[in-house]
Amino acid sequence: MKKVILLLVLAFSAFIAQAQTATLKAGDTAPDFKLKNVNNKEVSFASFPKAKGFIVVFTCNTCPYAVGYEQRIIDLDKKFSSQGYPVIAINPNDPEASKADAFDKMQDLAKQKKYPFPYLFDAGQKVTDAYGAKHTPHIFIVSKTSKGNVIEYVGAIDNDPEGTKTEKIKYAEDAIAALKSNQKPAVTQTKEIGCSVKRKAKA
Amino acid sequence: MKIKSVYIFLLFVFTISAFGQNVKLININQLNERIKKGKDSTYVVNFWATWCAPCVKELPHFEKLSAEHKSDKLAVLLISLDFKSKLASNVIPFVKRKNLKNEVFLFNESSPQEFIDRIDPSWSGGIPATLFIKNDKRKFVESEFTYEQLLAEYKKL
Repeated sequence: MKKVILLLVLAFSAFIAQAQTATLKAGDTAPDFKLKNVNNKEVSFASFPKAKGFIVVFTCNTCPYAVGYEQRIIDLDKKFSSQGYPVIAINPNDPEASKADAFDKMQDLAKQKKYPFPYLFDAGQKVTDAYGAKHTPHIFIVSKTSKGNVIEYVGAIDNDPEGTKTEKIKYAEDAIAALKSNQKPAVTQTKEIGCSVKRKAKA
Repeated sequence: MKIKSVYIFLLFVFTISAFGQNVKLININQLNERIKKGKDSTYVVNFWATWCAPCVKELPHFEKLSAEHKSDKLAVLLISLDFKSKLASNVIPFVKRKNLKNEVFLFNESSPQEFIDRIDPSWSGGIPATLFIKNDKRKFVESEFTYEQLLAEYKKL
């Protein structure tokens, strides 16, 4: 009997864990947020009234994969912000679990690299959990529709984390290109290795 | 003078080849072959990276698992997902410093789309992640282990 109870408890906690961290998929509503930017101003989807959509990317200061993609994220904003798809970067890491990802360090990096996009601090990791972002970088491409903000693509920026290939498959760019011609992206989900989101150790 | 440079050269060659034995490159086809043709009956394949703190934390458990089951037909393969460009600068020094006894490889795959699903379709891409293989049985776990948890998974196979 004890075993049965234990199993039930385990199954239930597994279910809870699942519920908290399930990653949103194409077709899901993109949860809105209001988070503090490195310039201390709050940013939400409404901060971009003219946008047709958004490139929401969970990224951080420290992960080698995030560092490897940093310039490509800047380039995405430079290319697509003027076309109606600005980048909104969100740091999903807990500042205690990863001190080098603390807010002042985010400010330093944004300044040093002249980030053309907002770089937001997710206090309490609420937005991270709402999107189910798992690792950095983790990208969510969102379109503004009559039914609200909808997720169109989730996963990797391209298929070349190390940045050594001459021929890349640029998933994020392809997805936006499809949206701009009023089509659904051909690929709506990809997988990516990355640094898992840093969380406080559980007591 | 000439002899001295020969010595230095030999020393250099030996050092390089010793390093070469420590960490080899392996791609997914080679990994599957290694498991299929290997003499062991159980394979514990751990995916890790030098930059992944929870991975580094659990590596000693994998060392302990193989050390404590020397008489078993068990092979623990540690597959690093570090970038290939970090092999000499990060991975090899790390393996040396930690004195890892298990076989260590650097994954010679550059496109996660093409290998993640082939390791296991349930893998989101997070590490640490561990694949257990015993004959035809496969079990994939995408989370960090304590030694007790790792041992329990191994015993369950």
